[in-house]
Formats: sequence, structure tokens, C-alpha cells
Amino acid sequence: MVGLLLVGHSADVVRGVLAMVAQAAPAVPTGGAGGLAGGRLGTNAVDATEALRATLEASGGDGVVALLDLGSAAMALEIALEALEPGERERVMATDAPFVEGAVLAAVASAGGASLAGVRAAAESARAMAKLPRA
Amino acid sequence: MPDPDGLAEAALIRAWLRCAAASVHERRVWLTDLDAAIGDGDHGINLDRGFTAVLADLDGAGDRADPAAAVLTAAGRRLLGMVGGASGALYGRGLMTAGRHVGERPEAGPSDPVRLASTILGGAVEGITALGHAAAGDKTMLDALLPALSVLRSAASDADPASTLAADAAAGEAGAAATVPLVARKGRASYLGERSAGHLDPGAASAALLLRCLATTLADTPA
Repeated sequence: MVGLLLVGHSADVVRGVLAMVAQAAPAVPTGGAGGLAGGRLGTNAVDATEALRATLEASGGDGVVALLDLGSAAMALEIALEALEPGERERVMATDAPFVEGAVLAAVASAGGASLAGVRAAAESARAMAKLPRA
Repeated sequence: MPDPDGLAEAALIRAWLRCAAASVHERRVWLTDLDAAIGDGDHGINLDRGFTAVLADLDGAGDRADPAAAVLTAAGRRLLGMVGGASGALYGRGLMTAGRHVGERPEAGPSDPVRLASTILGGAVEGITALGHAAAGDKTMLDALLPALSVLRSAASDADPASTLAADAAAGEAGAAATVPLVARKGRASYLGERSAGHLDPGAASAALLLRCLATTLADTPA
């Protein structure tokens, strides 16, 4: 099953989004990296590297879709990707889908058996998702 | 300076990192205030935490004879995890790439401090550029690092090393100062758009501190 990796700045935000994902799709492998030692805000490339490797293993080779919050989250992911073998790297797709909405939609797609590209497309569909009732 | 095992060179690198740690610690409030104006206000605190951890690593290593490349790589890895954010990733990657460049030089133990500084700074710039995709004038640490590297690379082979290194650090400081009128095109400050103009870039400011330490440490090299 395709896994999800969340790379953000806040441990609380990452933990909260992972809880929403677990509620929507408990079987989906997930990993998260957010925040620094001492409760400081910030992205952590070392944690992202470990979380990516663990999530990729838990996906059984089906792959991982990575969601990012702001700015340096993309750098943390890039450093995490460099730690992988080229063959493993091909099994990771990054997206700039919305962090919360994208994660939940992606998890539901993954639980439904979507492919790696299908899970990423589901995450990206969050951008067009209506949140207010249409008039 | 004969240095067949590169031990004197490794000692210089450690002295540079200690100088950098002291300088960042001393200026941490200033760096954080610069960042509060156009970023997220944690640059000095986070960089100080990272270099404090690097110092602890150096103290813990005691008299262990790690080669220069390994000292740089370990310090970079430490900054990556402890500083966090863009500056941790960029300085971490910069030091790690510098370590690789120092390790891959064909000949061991050069006695030329300008070449050593140029190798370190060239590696750092390569790593930082590859990760951050910034260019000169984007209002980033590269605006201090690039002019400094240019001084080292264009120095005449018979130039006085101490003068070249002093010019290198001065170019870094001038480059940092020149970020004040720029509009940020990278990082958190770029979210401010035009409002980022009129402020010194905190990353360029910290880079100038590290450059000044590199120059003063290497200028002490016995000829």
C-alpha cells in the first residue's frame, strides 16, 4: 500500500495531520517529520531522512507520496531523497498539494488501492476541492 | 608547512569551527533580530544551538586524529539536524560538500591557506547552490559567500596570503551589507515581497561571520 510522508515545521501540526489520516485510513503506512529539539519550530532533514526510509519500507515497495508545508520542507525532503538508492528514489513522489486536505484525500485513495501516481493525483485534487456549500 | 597526515589542517578546521561557534553565540541576538524583521525570527537562536552542538562534538572527540574532511562532514551533519530549517539544511549541506571537496583533493596536506579556504568555500557554495537554487542578488547567504569566493579564486599566486584572506572576509561583509536594499527572492523573506527591502539579510550576515572566522583562523597558519 502506498505510504504518505509529511514534512513540516511543527511537530504538533504533523502529529495532528497524521491523526486525521489514521482516522480516515488506518491501514496506510505513514511517516512524519516536523519540529526541532526542544519543541522549536522548523523542518528537520535528519528526521525526514529517517521517516522517509521507514515509510518506504512499510509501503512494501509500493512507494511514498510526500507532502510539504512551507519553504524549507522541500530542502529537508531533498536531503532525505539523496540518502536513498536511485531505485528507491523512483518510488517517492513529492507534491505541493495542500498539506492537510491533500494528506487525507491521498490516504483514502491509497487505502482504496490506488497506484503511486493515483495517490499523488488524489492529493493534488485537494486543490480544487470545494469547502463551502455552493450557492 | 609539512603536514603529511593532514593533522595540522584538521586542527585549523576545528579552530575555524570554534571561532564560528563563538562568533555566532556572541551575535545570536542580533542575528535573531535581523530574522525577526523579515523572516521567522529564529536564525540566531537556531544557529547558536547548532554550533553549540558542534562544539560539544569537537570537545568529545578530544585528541582523536580525525582528518579535516571528516571534521567538516560531521559538523555539517550536526547542523543539518540541530539548526533545522533552510539555514540548517544549507549550512549543513555546505559543510558536508566542503568536506567532500577537501577529501577529494589529489594531494594531501597543502600548506597554502588560500587554497584551503578556496576549497572549503568552493565546496560550500556548490552544496548550497545545488540545494537552495538561489543566485547572486536573491538576498541570501550566497550574496556574502560568492564575492568572498571570487576574491580567493582570483588572487595572484604570489599574493600575500594574509592580505588575500583579509580581502576575502571583507568582501563577504561588503556582500552582506549590500543585501540591505535588495528584495528577497528566496526563503521566508520572499513572502514579504517589496517589504523585505531595507533590511540586512540574516543568512548573509551569519555567512559573513563564518567567513571572517575562516580568514582569521587560516591567516594564523605558520608559513
